[in-house]
Amino acid sequence: MANMNNTAKEPLIRIGKRNELTAKNAMFLRLAAFGLALVAGGVFILAVGHNPISVYWTIIRGSFRSEMAIQATIKYMIPLLITSLGITLAFRMRFWNIGAEGQVIMGAIFASYFALFFDGLPHVLLIILMIIAGIIGGGIWGLIPAFFKVRYNTNETLFTLMLNYIALYIIVFLRDGPWADPESGGFPKIARFSKNAQLDKIFGVQAGWIIGIILVVLVFIYMRYSKHGYEINVVGESKATARYAGMNVRKIVLRTMFISGGICGITGMVSATGSDMTLATAVAGGVGFTAIIVAWLARLNPFTILLVSFLFSVLEKGSTVIQSEFGLSTDSSEVLQGIILFFVLGCEFFVRYRFIRRKKGGTD
Amino acid sequence: MAETKSTNYAIECRGITKSFGSVKANDNINLTLEKGEILALLGENGSGKTTLMNMISGIYHPDQGTILVNGEEAVINSPTDAMNFGIGMIHQHFKLVEVFNAMDNIVLGTKEKRRKPKVLKQEIVELSRKFGLEINPEQKVYNMSVSEKQTVEIMKALYRGANVLILDEPTAVLTPQETEKLFEILRKMRDQGRSIIIITHKLNEVMAVSDRVVILRKGEYIDTVKTSETSVTELTELMVGRPISLEIERLEVDRGDKLLEVVDLTVYREDGTKAIDDVRFDIFRGEILGVAGIAGSGQKELCETIAGLMRPKKGAILYEKENIIGKSPKEIIDLGIHMSFVPEDRLGMGLVASMGMTDNMLLKSYNKNKGIFVDKKPAKKLAQDLIGKLEIRTPGTETPVRHLSGGNVQKVLLGREIESSPNLLITAYPVRGLDINSSYVIYDLLNEQKKKNVAIIFIGEDLDVLLELSDRIMVLCHGEVTGIVAAAETTKEEIGLMMTDSVRGEAEAHG
Repeated sequence: MANMNNTAKEPLIRIGKRNELTAKNAMFLRLAAFGLALVAGGVFILAVGHNPISVYWTIIRGSFRSEMAIQATIKYMIPLLITSLGITLAFRMRFWNIGAEGQVIMGAIFASYFALFFDGLPHVLLIILMIIAGIIGGGIWGLIPAFFKVRYNTNETLFTLMLNYIALYIIVFLRDGPWADPESGGFPKIARFSKNAQLDKIFGVQAGWIIGIILVVLVFIYMRYSKHGYEINVVGESKATARYAGMNVRKIVLRTMFISGGICGITGMVSATGSDMTLATAVAGGVGFTAIIVAWLARLNPFTILLVSFLFSVLEKGSTVIQSEFGLSTDSSEVLQGIILFFVLGCEFFVRYRFIRRKKGGTD
Repeated sequence: MAETKSTNYAIECRGITKSFGSVKANDNINLTLEKGEILALLGENGSGKTTLMNMISGIYHPDQGTILVNGEEAVINSPTDAMNFGIGMIHQHFKLVEVFNAMDNIVLGTKEKRRKPKVLKQEIVELSRKFGLEINPEQKVYNMSVSEKQTVEIMKALYRGANVLILDEPTAVLTPQETEKLFEILRKMRDQGRSIIIITHKLNEVMAVSDRVVILRKGEYIDTVKTSETSVTELTELMVGRPISLEIERLEVDRGDKLLEVVDLTVYREDGTKAIDDVRFDIFRGEILGVAGIAGSGQKELCETIAGLMRPKKGAILYEKENIIGKSPKEIIDLGIHMSFVPEDRLGMGLVASMGMTDNMLLKSYNKNKGIFVDKKPAKKLAQDLIGKLEIRTPGTETPVRHLSGGNVQKVLLGREIESSPNLLITAYPVRGLDINSSYVIYDLLNEQKKKNVAIIFIGEDLDVLLELSDRIMVLCHGEVTGIVAAAETTKEEIGLMMTDSVRGEAEAHG
């Protein structure tokens, strides 16, 4: 029995756990992954017949070459930034809110109601009203799955996902019915907001970026220093611990999801009143999903979110330029995004594990 | 390689080294296991016993060193390889399919499982007779007691032809009577020429069952001694590294007023099974009430019900004559009832693993100050005080507590509960997995609280400790109280009997 398997050898490569890396080394590893992603992306660009260096350069140049280009880049960034901040609160609580898309839309709908029917109000009051309406709209859309979660322990992933579609079709319903623009000549759309109901521009870009930066600081302080933030972190770690500590877990989940959805609702408000100037079905346009990626890549840190969402919008804006200059479709920028994600997320494995090669003769 | 097949060693480890990150779990360890002996592997928690055995049973692979089986170098890459070498390991946590019966579990994954059930049953019954194991092949695992499950695990290994059987802390879940029965089986196996390694940190068990003892300390090999030529004192010294007194003091404190009275308490688990059945007891200020019982006899549910985390079906919990059932956990904390439950995974619900000590100090008090922001300053000071007072080893107050060793984690938890100056302290398994020295620190802490007139419910695993530390001992069995006895007037055997069904319903003579 004993010699049955004696010919077996230790595997050539095996996986071992490594010491936890210092924050600095882990950061270095992630930067290296980013660099490798650019190399791999370069191979892809080469394969479709272009010079990777000039493509990369065009992306950067295209995002910054003129004042207008920079403004456009920032415009891409605003919804991504605010939505990522909203998602972060839910994710910190390990509440898998993938319904940001729907929460953005509901925020936009609520804000649009005031833009369409109360545009006679003083401008500042109207803007404030619309922000509050956006928060409430998104907040309700976040509250619904939270309610069913704490009450009946429903799966929040499916629930929030489904609510996205409901929100989307509510816009379609409003566009084709009650809010249809009578002057569009039968073309299905909602009327353009009056000047009074449009978000102001600051340095040539809609004021959403100011709101975004304020929110970065607020979310950071809220998570790091407030009692609420502390509760969110404990609930995220373990609901049992939170209960043991005497916390009212239900209340915390409901409150946090309202805030999370509310912040996403602000995205809807600034996108509709600052960028689209109307309520369009594409008001969210997938930002709710991209924001999940941004939030994760930034490891749920608000300041890192600012950086990551900026990089994402550079890629986004740059890819429109490479489309016009190289004839590369914008899909190829999504391929590049995918490659970067693959490397950066993949490198998390190496933060925790390492490969060990078989040693010769059993000794080192 | 000079060995021949006529070697006396079933297993020989030479210079085994294994690191996890920067921690050397095993450092150049040598061990020999003779054919037909029971070898005890002794060491405190964290000394590398389980790691070493996991390498022999193919779960880990050594970084350095060789393992010889029957004198030949063996490369063991998986538990299947280990089985082919005739090595079987019984883990602390059983690996059985609950919905299968004993027989299905035993043959699972072997070629023999295709045989007719009748033949299989015959085989299993014969094998069990050979070693004096009691087993009903058709009983479902979920209907089994812990010791019956353990028997199935042993049968599993034997059925696969194990010549070497490794048991990881097998007695942790057994009553004294069941332990003796297990040892009888192990002796019988030894007499039939099989080799056994038993991992333990209980010295009296080492003395009772083993032929030789291998001692590890902090991942290093210390010594191998013959059991017949050693003593408990010598073994402790080898294990801990210095002489140590094993006495626990039972403080004589005048017991005060009745603080808590539990009346006819019945609690159901979420799955609808009865966790606590008509339990009635009381506890006085300045008293340590020990709670004994096999794991899963309702201890956890009792703790959680008093802490307000579970709702009972019937009964009342009177705290200073006021019924606290229906109060929220927060209200109960505010009354001064503090629970520290150390579950098997150590961190459990008392601490937040990813947070540092400071943030963990805040867990129950973050809401005390006014305003919307958390005030971390007093918490940080408390953390620093605890580090000094309880000799907690941590790089800093902000290092996530999951990086701390088990003993230090427990000191953090218990330290926080004690610092909140409770009236009633419920502590479950506070010394679970602690080294001897840390355990004594904890006992001293509890005694100190007793002196301050705190009522303490101490749920323990080690009967010897319960007997020495508690004033009274309450025994739980299947959620029922089978007796409340004065610790000074009872014996381990008496408690052991009460832990099983045998004396159910007998008198609460003392108390």
